[in-house]
Amino acid sequence: MRQTERWRHDPVPPRWHRGPPWLRRGSGGPLRRDPADRLAGGVAAGVAAWRGVSVTAVRVVFAVLAVVTWGLGVAVYVAAWLLIPAAGADGSIAGKARSDARGIRLAAGLGSLLIVVLLSLGALGDGWFVGWAWPQVFSVAGLVLIWRNAPADERATLRRLVEPLEQAAGSPAGSAAGEGTRAGRRGPALRIAVACVLLVAGAGLLFSRHESLALLRPLGGAVLVIAGIVVLLGPWWLRIARDLVLERQARVRAEERADIAARIHDSVLQTLALIQRRADDPHKVVQLARMQERELRSWLFEGRAPHQADADMTLAAGVRQIQQDVEASYGVPVEAVTVGDCQLDESLDALLAAAREATVNAAKWSGADAVSLFAEVEPAEVSVVVRDRGRGFDPEAVPADRKGLAESVHGRMARRGGTAAVSTAPGEGTKVTLTMPRAGTSSRADTASRA
Amino acid sequence: MTAARPPRVVLVDDHGLFRSGVRAELGRQVEVVGEADDVQPAIEAIEATSPDVVLLDVHLPSGGGQAVVQAVKATRPQVRFLALSASDAPEDVIAVIRAGARGYVTKTISTADLADAIRRVAAGDAVFSHRLAGFVLDAFAATPAPGEVKPSFDPELDQLTGREREVLRLIAQGYTYKEIARELYISAKTVESHVSSVLRKLQLSTRHQLTRWAAERRLA
Repeated sequence: MRQTERWRHDPVPPRWHRGPPWLRRGSGGPLRRDPADRLAGGVAAGVAAWRGVSVTAVRVVFAVLAVVTWGLGVAVYVAAWLLIPAAGADGSIAGKARSDARGIRLAAGLGSLLIVVLLSLGALGDGWFVGWAWPQVFSVAGLVLIWRNAPADERATLRRLVEPLEQAAGSPAGSAAGEGTRAGRRGPALRIAVACVLLVAGAGLLFSRHESLALLRPLGGAVLVIAGIVVLLGPWWLRIARDLVLERQARVRAEERADIAARIHDSVLQTLALIQRRADDPHKVVQLARMQERELRSWLFEGRAPHQADADMTLAAGVRQIQQDVEASYGVPVEAVTVGDCQLDESLDALLAAAREATVNAAKWSGADAVSLFAEVEPAEVSVVVRDRGRGFDPEAVPADRKGLAESVHGRMARRGGTAAVSTAPGEGTKVTLTMPRAGTSSRADTASRA
Repeated sequence: MTAARPPRVVLVDDHGLFRSGVRAELGRQVEVVGEADDVQPAIEAIEATSPDVVLLDVHLPSGGGQAVVQAVKATRPQVRFLALSASDAPEDVIAVIRAGARGYVTKTISTADLADAIRRVAAGDAVFSHRLAGFVLDAFAATPAPGEVKPSFDPELDQLTGREREVLRLIAQGYTYKEIARELYISAKTVESHVSSVLRKLQLSTRHQLTRWAAERRLA
């Protein structure tokens, strides 16, 4: 019981918020931002999941809209980010901001402080500055509210966005600080100096009244300004891009971990619990352990989910199915080996049915402690060999009612143009060899595509 | 095998429980001269004891078991490796065999079979489990996709003879060497030489870039 409790409190993110892949096409649910798959705010991912279309397509559309609407699209995106709740969160940022009384007071306070500063500056007569700065009052107030109500990880992103400003502000003070950090600080300080020179030179060119520069001015000025911006902000852009990639990788890892944890819980832990309860029945314990081993193996090494329905079953999958079923029903280990693989058709279905009969017979009657099941796909034919080292039998002495089984194996194969050969003798074990020619050359040669 | 003395064995596995289990089960049939739980300790233990056979787990904490084989091969060529693993992921098996292990068995093998496999590896034979035989047949049966036929160093290495194929098939069906010999009317020694020849081809062949084949098979 403790196990279950611990499990419930495990810090595994809830899996339902993205849902299994087959559900994610047109979820039909409410529109939610998807912070687990975001480049900026997760709006595109949310829309994509909501409408069941490709995230990349939505992102491209958003980018194109932002460009053709001269940036209005960006504002719409920000509004969407504010208004659409993140998946798994209980409300949108805007909704939370409305009910955040302390935040509103703080924003109002900061806003009014700025207004006082601006009014006093206005009194000093600098009209242009005041006109330019009025919108800042609203921006600051709004940002405070957003900041207080954004989810933690989005807050981290916002913090990164304002980082270079902090750095630029901090660097003059920083260069005066301890000797040890001096070398480390010189790089950014130098960069900022170079950027400032470029920016000033660019602005100078752009606003210069000198006639001889008239032609050069727009081009050269713009180039210098852009160069300045790149020098100033380039490394920071790079870092943001890298951080985004790292962050996405970390998220993917966390999700994988949650997925694995859920699988292990559903399969291994359940089986272990069953084994504990059946500890007094060694036969059952071995059977459970083998079933679990097989399931885990097929998941780990073949990427098949346990009990996954096989829409297009292949021969190898069919052989595996026989192995699982016989082991589960008769408790006799079946050592299965498959060489090559191909899609099933009617005659191969018959081959598998015959192979199942033979395997069940071996498990039921031979008394051997294991049955070996070998299937090989060759260009011209598919063969299956079922073999045991059990008591064997005298084919001549088989009673008529049991001969029917052998007949069903023989008959099944013969009807499809295949052959069945049984070689056995008392005490010698039994070997059933089934061979079925492959239908036409058009059938998919999986082995070839794999080479 | 009527060896005068039991083969000297080093156990390399990161699970202490498994090592002590194997040690207890094998009892007097082999002489366990050392144990190690990771690549570096394994190399040191092998250098120190110079065993006949190293029972090597394919998965070790700091890398694959093939790292041990590669490190020791140059200095102690007489040490033979028997790979042992809980997984049957083809790429793991193929990687450690290609590094130079003389055989591969799964951890679910019975004690008697394991002791027998160790003795056979110690005597210089190759030991193939039925699953490994299946992998090898699969790898060599696959015809290369057009456009990736690489000229091989030695075309002989690129395919199995009919007899080798026959032997591998029987191994995959769970036959012992003795049973194979009877089935094919050849001597057990001949069976062993066929298997050794397959092992050599497996280690030297460039055909189909075996490792890549194995990795892809996992996805199939």
